[in-house]
Formats: sequence, C-alpha cells, structure tokens
Amino acid sequence: MIRFNLGYYIKEGFRSFAAHGFMTFASIAIMASCLIIMGSFTLVAINLEYNLDALMEDNEFLAYVDEDYTEEEGAALQSQIEAIDNVAECQYITREEALENYVSGLEDSSLYENVPASALRSRFSVRVTDIEQLETTIEEVREVEGIVKISASVDVANGLVTVRNVTVIIALALVIILVVVSFFIISNSIKLATSAREEEIAIMKMVGATNAFVCWPFVVEGILLGGISAVVAALAEWGFYRLVRSAINVYTHVQLVSIIPFRTLAFPMCAAFLGIGLLVGVVGSLITIRKYLKV
Amino acid sequence: MIQFTNVKKIYESNLTEALYDISFVIEDGEFVFLVGPSGSGKSTILKLLTAEERITSGGILVGDFDLARLSQRKVPYLRRTLGVVFQDYRLIENRTVKGNLEFAMRVVGTRKSVIRERIPYVLELVGLSEKGDCYPSELSGGEQQRVAIARALVNNPKTIIADEPTGNLDPERSYELMCLLEKINQLGTTMLVVTHERDLVNCFNKRVISIDSGRVISDMENGLYDYDTI
Repeated sequence: MIRFNLGYYIKEGFRSFAAHGFMTFASIAIMASCLIIMGSFTLVAINLEYNLDALMEDNEFLAYVDEDYTEEEGAALQSQIEAIDNVAECQYITREEALENYVSGLEDSSLYENVPASALRSRFSVRVTDIEQLETTIEEVREVEGIVKISASVDVANGLVTVRNVTVIIALALVIILVVVSFFIISNSIKLATSAREEEIAIMKMVGATNAFVCWPFVVEGILLGGISAVVAALAEWGFYRLVRSAINVYTHVQLVSIIPFRTLAFPMCAAFLGIGLLVGVVGSLITIRKYLKV
Repeated sequence: MIQFTNVKKIYESNLTEALYDISFVIEDGEFVFLVGPSGSGKSTILKLLTAEERITSGGILVGDFDLARLSQRKVPYLRRTLGVVFQDYRLIENRTVKGNLEFAMRVVGTRKSVIRERIPYVLELVGLSEKGDCYPSELSGGEQQRVAIARALVNNPKTIIADEPTGNLDPERSYELMCLLEKINQLGTTMLVVTHERDLVNCFNKRVISIDSGRVISDMENGLYDYDTI
C-alpha cells in the first residue's frame, strides 16, 4: 500500500504545502527564525570557547631556582619537575638567557650592559596541561628542593576557567530552551494548518482512508517544511557569520579575537539544522494530526 | 444486510441514554426511510453504523462486519462498504468535482486506470457529466448534493447512508434528488435515508422506520411519515 501510493503521498504533500500559502510561509519563517537564533548562540559559544581555549594555551608559570645552586645543579631539577602530573613542558632558562631575554625586551638596553648575569636567578618555564589544576601543580613544584619562588598569575587562570564554564552552561541552557520553545511554536503553527484541513481529514476518514494513509501526506509536508526551514536558516546563518567575521576583522586592529572560519563549522551546523528541522517538522505533524485520527 | 439487535447506547460523557433496545433488519437492495423528530436517536444510529460511536450493549452487523467486536484498525474497511451523504454536502472547496471524486477514490487506494473509467460513469449517473471541471462554489445546492452522492457512490459501496440529504434544498430539487437515490437503489445499492420531510417520504411509498426517544415506534413497508396517527 505504501509503495503503491508513494507518488500520491508526495504529490498530496506538495499540493497541500503549496495550497496553504500563508501558513506554509509562517511555519517556515518561525522554524527558520528559531534555528537561526539557536545556531547563532551556538556559534557564539563555540567561538568564545575557541578563543578562551587559545588564551588558556598560554598557561605558563616561572619557577625560580635557589641562587646558591650552580647552573648544573639547577638544570638537574628538570627531571623532577617533569615528573609532576599535569606538567606538559618544562624548559630550563640559565641566568645568561634570562638576562638576555629581559634586556632584549627593553628600548634602551645600554643601562644593563654592566649588570652581571649572576644578579638574576636561573629558572624553569613550566607549562601545564590542565589550567584548572594550576594551583595544585604550583604547590607540587614549590615542594621540589631547590625551587625557592614561583611567579604565576593564578587569578587570571581561575578567571578564564570560570568564564569558560559559565559560557558553556549559558549556551547549553539557551539551546535547550530554544529547542523546546521552537518545538511548541512549530507544532502550534502546524496545528493551525491542520485545523484548516479538519474537513478534508474528516472526509478522508469517512470514505475509509486508513490512519497511515491520512498521515503520510502530512509527514511529507512536515519534511518539506523542516527541510526548507533548515536550508533558509543555514543560508541566513552563513550570511550573518560572514558579516560578523568581516566586521570583527575590520574593527579589531589587534588580533585579540579570532573567529573560526565558517567552512569548518558549515557541515556540522547544516547537519544539525536539517536534523532538528526534519525531526520537528515530522513529529510536529504527527502529534498534531493524531487527535483527528481517532474518529 | 444491516442488522440491529437490541442495541443500547449510553453516551459516557454525559450519561445520556440515546438508544434503548433498537432492533431492525435492512436486507440488501432495500430502500428505507429512517424518520423521527430531532433528538430521537437517528444521528446516533448513523454514528453507530459508521463506527464513529460504539454500542453500549446489543449487536450490529453490517455485511460481514460485527460492529460490537470491530477493531479500530478494521474501521476504514467497514466504511469502504458504506457511502455517506450529508445535509451540508461536505465537499472539498479547493478541488473540482472530478477532484473531489478522485480524492475519495485515491484515499482507499484505487488505481488511476480504474479512477479514469469510474468517474465519468458516476458523473453521468448523477447527471453532472458537464460539470466535472467546476468547483463546488460554482454549483447550485442541488448540484453540490449530487456531487456528494456521486462521491458516496464512486467507491461502489453496498449501502448509501444519506443524512438529511434534502435539508438544504427546495421541494422540487428535493424530489429530483430523491428520484436519483431511488434510481441508484434500483441499480442494487441499499439505501438508508434519514429525513424530516414528511411529503417526500409519503410520496415514495418505501419502508419507513420511525424512531422516537431512542425507540423504534413503527416499522412499515410502504409506510407513511405521520406521527399523529401513531
């Protein structure tokens, strides 16, 4: 029966899609808007997390070696520091190198020409894997014999972690709320479209149409509504994203913010739009016509 | 054959007793008027026949279907043996006459080749061969009701149930329509016509089942619609 009538279901689905012009337009507009809002929030959240992650990559601190240690004794501490969990990389910087680095960063280096390197301490530049464990790692490094001082911006690290966590939670909550809201709006607009066809469904039932026969054209219509909304939303999102990206590139002279290229996100975003669009379209149609099928 | 045996119907929503102990048999090929005042239970009988409502007790047979035991899944197949005509026509406004008939055939899974043959035949039978491409709004009330009859007939049902089919028509059109139903009956379709129209019933000399307050109060061959004498 389904195979035999497939052409009919598709034809009827398209016919009804075209025949209910305003409702079709309204449903697509609402569904596409919800997808665009949802997509925009997600894209903002993804970009924010990407930037925060990039910031958190610079999660280094300096561990200073006791000034009484010779360069050789100091360098020997490297293996102990590297053995600590969460230490991703550990680089030994001699007194000479430290002075060189410092002086090279100054505009007028002549003032330091006669300063001996022994005035500085040798040190380790330590990079951690997980910034959330920074404080614990610092404590463990401090306990290594020969390490006398640590210089780290723990507050900045903690701040970044908090910002990232809050961003992820807000983005997730917004996406969930919007999915629920759009589901209700869409199922409501399909309800309006179906109640206009209550008579048609009643006639179908009266002449002996099976429930499956009544449902299929609505499912086809739901697929069309969902699919077209997803395409409209994806195109709009692409346009917005390009605009925002070029605006940010123009106005931020310093490259503080980097935006992920759209092509990286395009496939997962389109797939998500299509998935949500089709799911809401089809389930919305079925839920709405279910009540008409009982007669 | 349609057989009602001690049918009782109580609407659960408001506990109204609509039918008490209704029994009658309509043989294949019969023409029967079902008459009675508003609220007498006529509509309930039609709803039971099409399985829109289920009986509280008793039994109904419609052809091979035992309605007391009919599963919801089988209801569409019961309805395919019945053609229903309503007072308000119930045509789909945005489809042509042919479109309405084709729709009724397609929804029961009829092949296109069969549809192409059947529609001109049925339209000719109801006298609307020239109006196939018209929309319902372009037709008179009588013509619209003929389309509704054609739609009821198009799937070749064993029985046609007409619920006040002449309710919206003037006496002349009503008479013509009833003649059409009689013609269809003569071709072998069982006809159950619910009506209020005393003159029309008395004109046609058919079997008349009278219902009042949920009971059959008379059932007569060549009967008359005349409450005062009952």
